[in-house]
Order: sequence, then structure tokens, then C-alpha cells
Amino acid sequence: MKKIFVILLLAVIGYYVTSAFQLIPFGENRIGDPTEENNVAAYYMNNTKEKSQVANVVTAIVVNYRGFDTLGEVTVLFLATTGLGSILYRRKEEEEERLNKPSSSLLQTGSKLLFPLVVLLGIYVFIHGHLTPGGGFQGGAIIATGFLLMLIAYQKYHVGHSMLNWVESLAGITFVTIGLWGLLTGGTFLENSFLPMGTLNSLISGGAIPIIYIAVGFKVAAELTGVLDILLNTKEK
Amino acid sequence: MMIYIYTGAIVVLAFLLVFSALYAIKQKDLLYAVIATGVISLILSVVFLMLQAPDVALTEAAIGIALTTIAFVITIRNTSRYENDNTGINQTK
Amino acid sequence: MQMIQQIISVSVYGSAIALLLIGLYAVLTKKHLIKIVIGLSIVDAGLHLLFVAVGYINNGTAPIFSPGNENRVLQMVDPVPQALVLTAIVIGFATTAVALSLIIRLYKHHKTARIDEIKTLKW
Repeated sequence: MKKIFVILLLAVIGYYVTSAFQLIPFGENRIGDPTEENNVAAYYMNNTKEKSQVANVVTAIVVNYRGFDTLGEVTVLFLATTGLGSILYRRKEEEEERLNKPSSSLLQTGSKLLFPLVVLLGIYVFIHGHLTPGGGFQGGAIIATGFLLMLIAYQKYHVGHSMLNWVESLAGITFVTIGLWGLLTGGTFLENSFLPMGTLNSLISGGAIPIIYIAVGFKVAAELTGVLDILLNTKEK
Repeated sequence: MMIYIYTGAIVVLAFLLVFSALYAIKQKDLLYAVIATGVISLILSVVFLMLQAPDVALTEAAIGIALTTIAFVITIRNTSRYENDNTGINQTK
Repeated sequence: MQMIQQIISVSVYGSAIALLLIGLYAVLTKKHLIKIVIGLSIVDAGLHLLFVAVGYINNGTAPIFSPGNENRVLQMVDPVPQALVLTAIVIGFATTAVALSLIIRLYKHHKTARIDEIKTLKW
């Protein structure tokens, strides 16, 4: 009986959502005239090439034009890690074994070979975030996957929690300091014009955008590794 | 010619998305349902690339496939594996 | 040409809305807590696809100024929905991780993970 009501409710929701999205035809050019007054997308695309000299428009939007939202997102990740650590709290004496039996030698050798290559790929992705697709969040997730490989293969591999805390705190302080420095030199918060701009498509370009994204990359990598480390070390009984 | 291949690929991928979602909520063995959720993330990453969004495709591939699946598997290891597991302390009978 | 556009539009929008409804059904009907969290994850996936599909333009290209095409501003897809979805994916993962940790903690106390067998209110 309850399922019939649920299906009726879903049918009503589906009908209204579908008829609302019929008014937005797929693939039609909605950006419009670039010289108009309130045209947000055309303003972002034109001014990224001329004023900021950054090749990746999505990076410029995430870090420069909507940089405050990125600060909020980094805060949400930090709160998630803290909450996870306090819910699954265990004392130091209760540490038990992580694996039931030792893993095979194929996994151990493969992980030891792949781990530096995966970390190198992650660092490459977030350093070149303003030239190619990529950036801080993608690079941080790739580095966390590399650490996960080592944590699964070896019983005695341990990532120091104090080192993770130091890296995360320093990266967060760097982000906020760059924002406040823009405020101190007579502009707005997270303004981008106090460092030289450089030329398009070279590594040093775009003002403070690469520095902010490198800090975000380190912070996201440390937080995701902390989440996986806390989850892997809880045992059932 | 190219546009027919493109259209056929999008139709097949959309059908696979809906089929994987139905499989994920119908299955009683929770490990299979979690793998189906990983398959949804994988197909979604390819569809994002076809809609010309490479940043979003990279993020979905890095976070949705590896990290979400491993978080679910660790939870299944610490709780029950099957859906109709009745070993609670508050049984009605 | 018109029919090909119609087929692509129906399949992309239709699969996104279908994912949304399937995930919502799993949240409302299922009794095991991990199934409910799987349903939330499916709702996230459908919503992200809907957002990126709204920003697509026919014959558009990715919004990156590579060394070959620096003067093609008028042929790029809309970059604003992509920036919003980038944030939303990471926050969706953080929410899922916190929900799963609450399930582990609940199982340690009640020895079950089904919501129709947890009848006492005290923790």
C-alpha cells in the first residue's frame, strides 16, 4: 500500500520536472550577445584571456571569480574529516590489525612500484591546473588513491597523523593569507593583480592562481588521505 | 556518418545508466549493489567527456570510482553483507 | 537532422531525470541503511548530469584556450555550470563519508543496520 503512494508521488514529481525542462531546449545557444550588459558567461570568457592570462576558463572561474565558494568547499571538507575522526574515535590501546591475512606478493611488489608514479601524476595535474584540464581537486584525489594502494597492501604502513595535520593547516593558512594580502594592498578579498601576469600558455602566468591551486591540492590530498586512514583502521568488534 | 555513431553511443550509454541504477537498488547482496554504483560513476565520466566538460570528467573519475566504492566496501565489512540479515537484539518474534 | 537532435535530447535529459527518480524511490522505500545511502549517491549522480547537460551548446568545444584556437570565444560551451558541478561532486563525497561513519557507529551498538529493528530511542 505504501509503495503505491510512493510511485504516485514520483510520477507527479517526474511529470513536473520533465515539463519544466522542456522549456530549456537541449543545445541551443544561450550565451547570446557578448557585448550586452548582464552577460555573465561571455564576461568571464572574454576577461579570462585579456586580464588574467589563464588558459583554462573553468580554473579561472573556480579560483578567481568565485574564489569564495572554493574557500567554503575546503572548509566543508575539513569539517567532514574532523567529524569522521570524532565519531569513529578509538583509544591508543585498542589498535588492532588491519588485515586478516597478509596480502599476496604480487600486490606488494606492484604497490611499491606504482606508488611514486601515482604521486608524481597527481603533483603534475595540480601544478598545471591553469593550462590543461585538471587542478587542485583532481590532483588531490589522485594522490589519495596512491596512498590508499599502499595502505591496502601493507600491514605495517602508517601515515603519520601529525604530518597530515601540519600539511593541511599550512595549506589553509596560505590560501587565506593570499586572500588577505589582496585586501591589504588596496583591492578586494582574493584579488589577483598583485603578482605579475606573465604570458598566455606558460607555466608562470595568471598571478596568484597557480599558488592558490597548489595550496588547495595539498590540502585536499591530506584531507582525503586522513578520511581513508580513519575508515581503514576501525574494526568490528 | 560520424554523427550517427555519436548518437548511437549516447543512446546506448544512457540505457546502461538506467539499467545499472535499477540493478543497484534491486539486488540483495550489497557488495554487488556497490559495484553497480561504481559502474554508474564510470559511465557518467564518459558522458561528461562527450558533453565537452573535461574538468568535470576528471573529478568524477577520480572521486566517484575509487574513493566512494572503497568507503562503501569498508562499511560493508564492518556491518552486514546481505540485506535481510536478522541478527539484531530487538527481534519481534 | 532535427530527429537526431531530438533523440540526443530525450536520451540525455530522460536518463538524468530517471536517475533522480530511481534514487528517490530507494531513499523512500528501502529498509537497510546502506541501501538508503546508495540511493542518495544515485540522486547526486543524476543531478550533476542534469546540470552539465543544460550548459551544452551544439558544435561547441571545451572551454580551454589551447595554443591553436585563441580566438574562438563564440564557439565554446558554457563554463559556469561546470564550475558549480566541480564543487558539488566533492561535497557529495564528503556527505556520503560522514553518513557511512554514522552507520558503522550505529551497528556497533545495536548489532543491526535495518531501521525497522531499531526500536529503542536511547543511544
